[in-house]
Amino acid sequence: MVDLKVNGKTHAVDVPSDMPLLWVLRDVLGLIGTKYGCGIAQCGACTVHVNGASVRSCSTPLAAVGDGEVTTIEGLADGTNLHPLQQAWIEHDVAQCGYCQAGQIMSAAALLAENPSPTDAEIDLALQGNYCRCGTYNRIRKAVRSASEAGVAIFDPATEVTA
Amino acid sequence: MSDLNRRSFIKTTGIAGGGVLIASFASVPPGVLAQTDDADLVSNYDLNAFIKVDSSGKITIYSANPEMGQGIKTALPMIIAEEMGAAWEDVTVLDAPIDETSFGRQSAGGSTTIPRTWEQMRKMGASAREMFLSAGALVMEVSKDELEASRSRVAHTSGRSMTFGQLASLASRQAPPPEDELMFKSRESYTIIGTSVSGVDNLSITTGLALYGIDTNRRDMLYAAYQKCPTIGGKVVRANLEEVKKMPGMIDAFLLSGNDNPRELMDGVALVGENTWAVFQAKQALDVEWDTSRASKDSWTAMVNRAQSLHGSRGDTETIDKGDVEDVFEDADNTTLEALYEFPFVSHFCLEPMNCTADYRKGSDGEKDSLEMWVPTQRASRQLEMCQRLYGLGEDEVTIHVTRLGGSFGRRTSNEYVCEAIEISKRMNAPVKLTWSREDSVRHDFFRSGGFQSIKGAVDNEGKLVAFENHFMGMETDGRPVSGARFRDTEFPVQNISDAYLSQTMFDIDTPCGPWRAPGSNTNAFVVQSFLNELAHAGGRDYVEFLLEILGEPRWFEPGNIRSLNTGRAADVISLAAEKSGWGRSLPAGTGLGMAFYFCHAAHIAEVAEVTVDADRNLHIDNVTVAVDVGPIINMSGATSQVEGSVIDGISTMMTQKITMEEGQIQQSNFHDYEVMRIGQTPSVDIHFIQSENHPTGLGEPALPPVAPAVANAIFSATGHRIRKMPFAEEGYTLV
Ligand code: FES
Ligand code: FES
Repeated sequence: MVDLKVNGKTHAVDVPSDMPLLWVLRDVLGLIGTKYGCGIAQCGACTVHVNGASVRSCSTPLAAVGDGEVTTIEGLADGTNLHPLQQAWIEHDVAQCGYCQAGQIMSAAALLAENPSPTDAEIDLALQGNYCRCGTYNRIRKAVRSASEAGVAIFDPATEVTA
Repeated sequence: MSDLNRRSFIKTTGIAGGGVLIASFASVPPGVLAQTDDADLVSNYDLNAFIKVDSSGKITIYSANPEMGQGIKTALPMIIAEEMGAAWEDVTVLDAPIDETSFGRQSAGGSTTIPRTWEQMRKMGASAREMFLSAGALVMEVSKDELEASRSRVAHTSGRSMTFGQLASLASRQAPPPEDELMFKSRESYTIIGTSVSGVDNLSITTGLALYGIDTNRRDMLYAAYQKCPTIGGKVVRANLEEVKKMPGMIDAFLLSGNDNPRELMDGVALVGENTWAVFQAKQALDVEWDTSRASKDSWTAMVNRAQSLHGSRGDTETIDKGDVEDVFEDADNTTLEALYEFPFVSHFCLEPMNCTADYRKGSDGEKDSLEMWVPTQRASRQLEMCQRLYGLGEDEVTIHVTRLGGSFGRRTSNEYVCEAIEISKRMNAPVKLTWSREDSVRHDFFRSGGFQSIKGAVDNEGKLVAFENHFMGMETDGRPVSGARFRDTEFPVQNISDAYLSQTMFDIDTPCGPWRAPGSNTNAFVVQSFLNELAHAGGRDYVEFLLEILGEPRWFEPGNIRSLNTGRAADVISLAAEKSGWGRSLPAGTGLGMAFYFCHAAHIAEVAEVTVDADRNLHIDNVTVAVDVGPIINMSGATSQVEGSVIDGISTMMTQKITMEEGQIQQSNFHDYEVMRIGQTPSVDIHFIQSENHPTGLGEPALPPVAPAVANAIFSATGHRIRKMPFAEEGYTLV
């Protein structure tokens, strides 16, 4: 039994310590916003934050999280106030099938937390590990840019806790 | 009167043959109404199967077709809301249950949903609008013609008005007007159709709420994986079941013997556990003995060799012979070219792997068994048919919930992942979520088939196209061509010239193939538009002029049939793409423009790619200009998304993607050996619509086929190097 901190709550979980964080989130905690796409750290669909940094949860064993603060797409908004990226994603109607988008948003949120006004090249670099089968890349770039230009303070529970 | 009582005296009048009558408004099943009926203080009123309005003015519109990213869940309700006179912000869209009597065909595919339902959606909206107007006339005691419905209100010429919410109860009791008396709004008066509306599921998508099949969670649900033979069609002999059953989190492991139908159940090993990871781990640890004596022996290398040996000959079967191509080819005044084009098998690679949750319950005390399923599928009706045939379960015993699809592109039209989940649930007598791994999803795909075309053509001494011949080498299974393995006589430019010869040779294969975004078109466009560009060059012609000359006078091959080529619409998109891309301007060395036109899915589309290529064949696609005529656009945002997505999908596939098989085994399995395009490689896409008065048609597929030849032609113009084979990576190109 280990304690796992997710989106500001602590959960006691009783699973093997080598179980990837992705499956702990999805199958044990029921947080299905984080997606399975490849299982080999290649597609980015499973991106979450651990202590504010974006990680591929499919390839992060529970043991490696330790007492780190995990933030998932479900925990990105501040209560009912959407994260600026979530707003921008809706305004720009980014999603097609939408399956990759939680991972895209989480990667972009980690970027903006570090670098509030990234260039297109910096956006491309930060998101190069996030695959979109539907090809929404141009809108993703636009949405990230507009969220960054909006200049709204970026709320990230994980970074707030560790700061 | 409660909804239930009211419903009981209104008769359901679905028409056989798939249409839906306006009067079939008793049809929202109790399960759906239960979501709001009991809990709400406001009352709900059904206007018809698709529309419900409550007394507070909230409008619920049911979306009846699968949403896989093509935007149908937003576009169809927009059509209803427009005709109804609703304000879009009052509309909530809910998924309709599977009930084809009430909702008409509930599938998606072939870019047919918009053209098929346009009329039906307009009728649903217009009928509800008329019912509101009738109710308004009664309450306001005025004549109905003095009333107008807009922004969810019924307004009188005097300025008095009432809301849809106030009128909902009375409106729902008005007789729906006869269908042939319905009037539709004019295009000029649209306030919703043609605007950009953000997808109705976007809030759920961006906050991580459950939408997809893979997110299904039922009480006491078990998790399953299924291992099939890596050699397509192998039978299972034995496996180390006892050993894997002991692994952490495992509950059971057993063999299933299939019915040898890859679209239903193939032999395999079922693994059941407490979570997905447990069953994936067990799958890794499996040691299975397979009998491959009757399994696939397909070999891509053998197919390539055979095609090369057939190049230059005619096929087994002649499909068209008009005029006298031999004569034209022999004429010394003409220039004749001949080439072999090649395109590989490719995978759908939907980001959400195949999955299905099934809850099979044995009936107690002589009751029938029942089955409830949560399925990401394009064709739920096929599963109903299968449940009847394989399990003896009729529509009353089967409930299918169609979830949002995490991509499909034609993939989720088969039943095997559904069948596997049913079998495992039946055996466990518990709800089971079956999840395929990425590797399963690649190896056991229904692939876009590969193929070859030995193609020949001639231009006269003025550079005019005078003859066209093609030997199509495609795939067939059990004597039937696989999806897309065809070269029809309506393929451009066959209808446009007087001397043409088409023949084919089919290669028999066991590798399962299925529809993949714009089947047939996605490869035929590459071959024909590249080869015509070769001919234009040989004739010293500008490609745009060459194409316009072939098209000739504006005419429609089958007037009124939107699925036949209209040369006027074709010429218009070609000219528009040329104009917007700056066709003909001079470019620096290593940079080039390439044009391609293609007609499929009732869409006329021309694309111009601008590329820069360096000496190491690093390819940068600077921009793709797209001109589209699919009639009026419903959701501008959704339409541009589909075009952008198709262009990017087309480039991604064209650049690197290739599935090969040897000894019947698929050799690729995941992102490390099947590359996909990334954000940094994405070109800008500049999209222009010609919103003609034609019937609106679908846009999920037709913008994909022209992009590969447009890029190949641009590379030729930049470098003089002609590409006759996909993927371009095999010719040494890297997308940067
Ligand atoms: S599922 Fe983790 S990167 Fe693909
Ligand atoms: S929106 Fe479908 S994978 Fe990105």
